[in-house]
Amino acid sequence: MDTFLQQLVNGLTAGSVYAVVALGYTMVYGIIQLINFAHGEVVMIGAMVAFTVINALAGGTLPPLAVVLVGALSAIPVCMLVGYLMERLAYRPLRRAPRLAPLITAIGVSIILQHLAMLVWSRNVLAFPQIIHNPTFAIFGATTISAVQIAIIGICLAMMGGLALLVYRTPLGTAMRATAQNPQVAGLMGVDVNRVIAATFVIGAALGAAAGVLFGTYYGIAQYTMGSILGLKAFSAAVLGGIGNIPGAMLGGVLLGLVEALGAGYIGDLTDLCSYGWIGGLMSERCANGGHFILFGSNYQDVFAFIVLILVLVLRPQGLLGERVGDRA
Amino acid sequence: MKTPARVWLGFALVGLGLLALPFALAYAGTAWVRIANFAILYVMLALGLNIVVGFAGLLDLGYIAFYAVGAYVYALLASPQFNLHLPFWIILPIGAAVAALFGVILGTPTLKLRGDYLAIVTLGFGEIIRIFLNNLSRPVNITNGPQGIAGIDPFSFGTFSFAKYQSLLGLEFSGPIKYYYLLLAAVIAVIVINLRLQNSRIGRAWEAIREDEIAARAMGINTRNLKLLAFAMGASFGGLAGGMFSALQAFISPESFVLVESIMVVSMVVLGGMGNIWGVIVGALLLSFVPEVLRWTVSPLQETLFGRQLIEPEVIRMLIFGLALVLVMLFRPAGLLPSAVRRRELAASGQAPLVDARL
Repeated sequence: MDTFLQQLVNGLTAGSVYAVVALGYTMVYGIIQLINFAHGEVVMIGAMVAFTVINALAGGTLPPLAVVLVGALSAIPVCMLVGYLMERLAYRPLRRAPRLAPLITAIGVSIILQHLAMLVWSRNVLAFPQIIHNPTFAIFGATTISAVQIAIIGICLAMMGGLALLVYRTPLGTAMRATAQNPQVAGLMGVDVNRVIAATFVIGAALGAAAGVLFGTYYGIAQYTMGSILGLKAFSAAVLGGIGNIPGAMLGGVLLGLVEALGAGYIGDLTDLCSYGWIGGLMSERCANGGHFILFGSNYQDVFAFIVLILVLVLRPQGLLGERVGDRA
Repeated sequence: MKTPARVWLGFALVGLGLLALPFALAYAGTAWVRIANFAILYVMLALGLNIVVGFAGLLDLGYIAFYAVGAYVYALLASPQFNLHLPFWIILPIGAAVAALFGVILGTPTLKLRGDYLAIVTLGFGEIIRIFLNNLSRPVNITNGPQGIAGIDPFSFGTFSFAKYQSLLGLEFSGPIKYYYLLLAAVIAVIVINLRLQNSRIGRAWEAIREDEIAARAMGINTRNLKLLAFAMGASFGGLAGGMFSALQAFISPESFVLVESIMVVSMVVLGGMGNIWGVIVGALLLSFVPEVLRWTVSPLQETLFGRQLIEPEVIRMLIFGLALVLVMLFRPAGLLPSAVRRRELAASGQAPLVDARL
């Protein structure tokens, strides 16, 4: 039970970050049906910029929380600029091209961003300086939650709420939803489609930057390679919720975080052959005295996201909250 | 139709050039012969991927997984890992067959997916294979985990080993040169198979599926089996190349089969021109040699200009791959040597309204 609750807390934390990154994928997909492959790299750049600033300011006179805030606030504009340039230079010229063309440029952009980041920050892992006092609170039995976890969940919820307000309550949001439904008609109604699409990229990048900072703070490290796997997981989350659907991305992110954490927590026990009577009997020397014969341990954690992705696409391609649409190809 | 003598003469000259090439390269250094060998392996990989991407139109971003499967099958059956030392002509077909099986395993659940979703699922599949290779060292040590497998046997017939130095008829045959000829023979076989496939019943059926799957099915094409066949055939070439890579390197680890490698092969196909065999070969050769040439020129140049390495050659290489993907798509979407069909397609889609392109 303790493992379960603890993994629930951990999964919720990671999941809320996935949800925020997934929003970046789903907003762009919703509006121009492009999988913005390079979104994971934007998240990485956000984390790297913030870590550089935080490391430079750490040990100065500013209070720790202000340092982190300054780090995040410097990462967000950088990522917004990257998101804008990406859309302008690599995707906009291809808006009328066959579907695979922008996907291939997106892969190219991702490779370029990743290696430019390597040029700037080298291959080294940037570490988060130990400046934040991070107390943990017992919430139920031996289950604990740390201050950083509470902050991450809270900030992610606030960002999701803010985005929902933006999309459903402002003129820009209305224009975005109109463009997603039919760009041509939206254009005829006076919506500046190009501006709206650019704004979508920029907002997604800003959310991604913030998520990158949170993710880096949670795990304490950032590296130029962190974007691809995080991006893939977030994309899986977006598909799980129903790609193009904003509440879906939020739900998918949190669910994926939970699946991953619970999976990693239990897969070792579930695949320990010694706990299955007759099979364990076959390997009595390995299982004697409480020994284990674990087929798959928690090091398979990263596999869960892909398995979820494949299962969703095969069984319910429209995702949990998505609508049934024709072939999306 | 009679082939004119000029064409045969051309073939003969190219053939002679290819036969003499390793000695010319050896003159510049054995490292260049090795680079040529890897270039040939990439040509094989790119041709295998071209079956899936170029012919059948299924974007596969996890193609390197099949290369990995072939490489590990070879390594497990011909190394001290399990103390098995089977001869290569038995293992290579096994590796190709196992890779083909994995191709079908990947293909079956993804049959209904198209376009971008398929790309992401294949990418995930590639990562799953790599994660397994990394972790299958416990509880039973199969792949030796991240340490990889060392001491893999070279190709050999009886006492004739491809890895050993030999002199014959006054010519010096180093190990890489001997491998070069073997690889050249293999790649020519792969090219011939591809050329024959392209205009066969199967090749034309793939083209029909790529253009319009529903119409293809209406015409009586068994789209399910043909898509699986494309995955299996593409994968088997990858597996074959993987086995050769294993023997050539004598050491493999999961690090050789990361996502970036898949993307490299995709870049080669895209740069050369999806669906055009000669284009794909040119793409693979360009993206194999250009970064190497840069490695040997830009690095010393940086040393003399700035006194230190500012940009690692590996980074330059990856930036070239990334730029190739973006620039080709922006300015020459059908690739350097486009196939006739693609050229037609792209010319037609140029005027398509925004809404149509989205459907």
